[in-house]
Amino acid sequence: MLDTVFFYLFTLLTLGGAILTVATRNAVHSALFLITSLLGVAGLYLLLHAEFLFAVQIIVYVGGIMVLFLFVIMLVNLDAAAAQRQFSRMWPVALGCVALVGLELFYFLGKGEPAFRIAAPPPVPEPTAGNTERIADVLFSQYLLPFEIASLLLLVAVIGSVVMAKKRI
Amino acid sequence: MLDSFIPSWAELLRFMPEIILSLVGSLLVMLEPVTGPKSKSMLGHVAIAGLIVALGATFVAHANPGAAFSSMIVVDGFATFFRVIVFTVGILTIFSSYQYLDREGSNRGEYYALILFSVVGQSVMVVANELIMIFIGLEISSIATYVLAGFLRDDKRNNESAIKYFLLGSFATGFLLYGIALIYGATGTTDLGEVRQAVLQSAEPPVLLLSVAAGLMFIGLGFKVSGAPFQMWTPDVYQGAPTPVTAFMSAGPKAAAFAIFLRIFVTVFESVGDRWEPLIWASALASMTIGNFAALQQKNFKRLLAYSSIAHAGYVLVALTARSEIGTASAMFYLAAYALMNMGAFAVIAHVAGKGETTVDVSDFAGLGAKQPVTAALLTIFMLSLIGVPLTGGFFGKFYIFKAALESKLLWLAILGLLNSAVAAYYYLRVLVVMYMEEPSARTENLEPMPMSLQAALWLPAAGVLFLGIFPSAVLEFASASARLLGQ
Repeated sequence: MLDTVFFYLFTLLTLGGAILTVATRNAVHSALFLITSLLGVAGLYLLLHAEFLFAVQIIVYVGGIMVLFLFVIMLVNLDAAAAQRQFSRMWPVALGCVALVGLELFYFLGKGEPAFRIAAPPPVPEPTAGNTERIADVLFSQYLLPFEIASLLLLVAVIGSVVMAKKRI
Repeated sequence: MLDSFIPSWAELLRFMPEIILSLVGSLLVMLEPVTGPKSKSMLGHVAIAGLIVALGATFVAHANPGAAFSSMIVVDGFATFFRVIVFTVGILTIFSSYQYLDREGSNRGEYYALILFSVVGQSVMVVANELIMIFIGLEISSIATYVLAGFLRDDKRNNESAIKYFLLGSFATGFLLYGIALIYGATGTTDLGEVRQAVLQSAEPPVLLLSVAAGLMFIGLGFKVSGAPFQMWTPDVYQGAPTPVTAFMSAGPKAAAFAIFLRIFVTVFESVGDRWEPLIWASALASMTIGNFAALQQKNFKRLLAYSSIAHAGYVLVALTARSEIGTASAMFYLAAYALMNMGAFAVIAHVAGKGETTVDVSDFAGLGAKQPVTAALLTIFMLSLIGVPLTGGFFGKFYIFKAALESKLLWLAILGLLNSAVAAYYYLRVLVVMYMEEPSARTENLEPMPMSLQAALWLPAAGVLFLGIFPSAVLEFASASARLLGQ
């Protein structure tokens, strides 16, 4: 019961924040509402017992990326942008897309849970350790290679951004 | 428990080419500040040496095939074949880059490092046996290529090319990721082997959900291989990027993207093949038609080859539509031949382009046959191979593809494809006519002699194209054997 209450609370936070992000005129307000939305998602993770994702969501998105967004917004002069028309003339197209996705969603909801799954869900082992420990185990054993390769991805991104952005090389 | 996850020597050996290239790439970045401005080409030599060692390591790895790292990667004939393609493309790109970068005054170590990292990404894609690995490999390859496309930062067209490639490429990756998420949601795994088993064994597969997933992945990969209707970015990006990078983009990342296309669609989604076949059928036909007919009107040689590259993606999609072993093998053969002939053609453009790429129109090539007969002869080989004239690799590539299409009862697709290649002959031959029959242009009149490095970038692919055209059986047999193993 309490779970359901929290679920709707977090959903409201997520969706409401997302709508206000695109609907407000002031860019700083938009960023703040986006933070609200991301916090709502973090809450949903917590409800799913994914404590690790919950912490990562808050530290990386809310703490890191959004602070960066706010910095950029404050550094760039957006007064001119605020005076421009806010909604694109293409909104009927967007409405059509949203309607399509909504239709798809209702179709699958109508078919029920089996429509989403073809293999039996993998057996969930008795939780001998918390969620975070189990993620660490998988990350450093089975998924060791993707985890290490991701560091190469970051290296390429760093070198690339320096090459593109440095004043004089 | 821990011991079982420490990689054994055999596992490391299977991943050795990528390890070597990552190390050499990092080494280049560290060497860059300590080399003088005159000796940057030395860094390029190091990169080529690294790629050659990696090529050797590929064959060592192939001698000992199998899965590694909890079956995150799998070394099989298919992976080896594409590894050889992407490493060769890397070597040829660097050969054709020396003179170009010197001329533009931006011969820097980061360029060579980014090429190596991009090649590592493509190599990870082709050996990956897991959707997450595929995604990470694709991102490494793409991000390095976005930067390379805009490497000459003061050039406006470079900027346009990089920003277009970056925006549309990121968008496309998003679609691929949605597809991966749906597959994970449906099967509870991202391992390609397990996904395939789950699809095969389920008594009543939710075809609609799988079709949506396959469709989303098709959008993502379609962008990467510039297949219609996701080809819009290709002409602008190819035209704007530095010519050696254009050559690289049209060969390496495209071959790797087709490799994962084949691995995912022909093996994993094989059992729901009749669902996605019409989609790829339509895309193949549209790519061929749009590419060839748009190329007819191009004056700029790079833009012409960009549209031709869309058309060639269409031919490979025909091979995919065939959904057979011979289809897979012919796609592999075609990609190898296409990589070689395209690298060669772009190397000639890089030579003629001049500082700031001011002379890249087809008319600027007028009189090349009289002024530099050897260069013109080599370009002729590449053009004939792109048309698909016998004795060149392009001929057998097209031949096997349409043979595969006919064997899979795709009569109309094969007929329309053949008509398309007849149309294509017109614009390739026009280049030859201009080159041999017209008076020399201002550019060819005082064309500097071709440096050694660029000669290597021309002779090697020319030799490869002729080898594939005269002795196709060795390569084709290897491709067929790999395709047979892939389907199991």
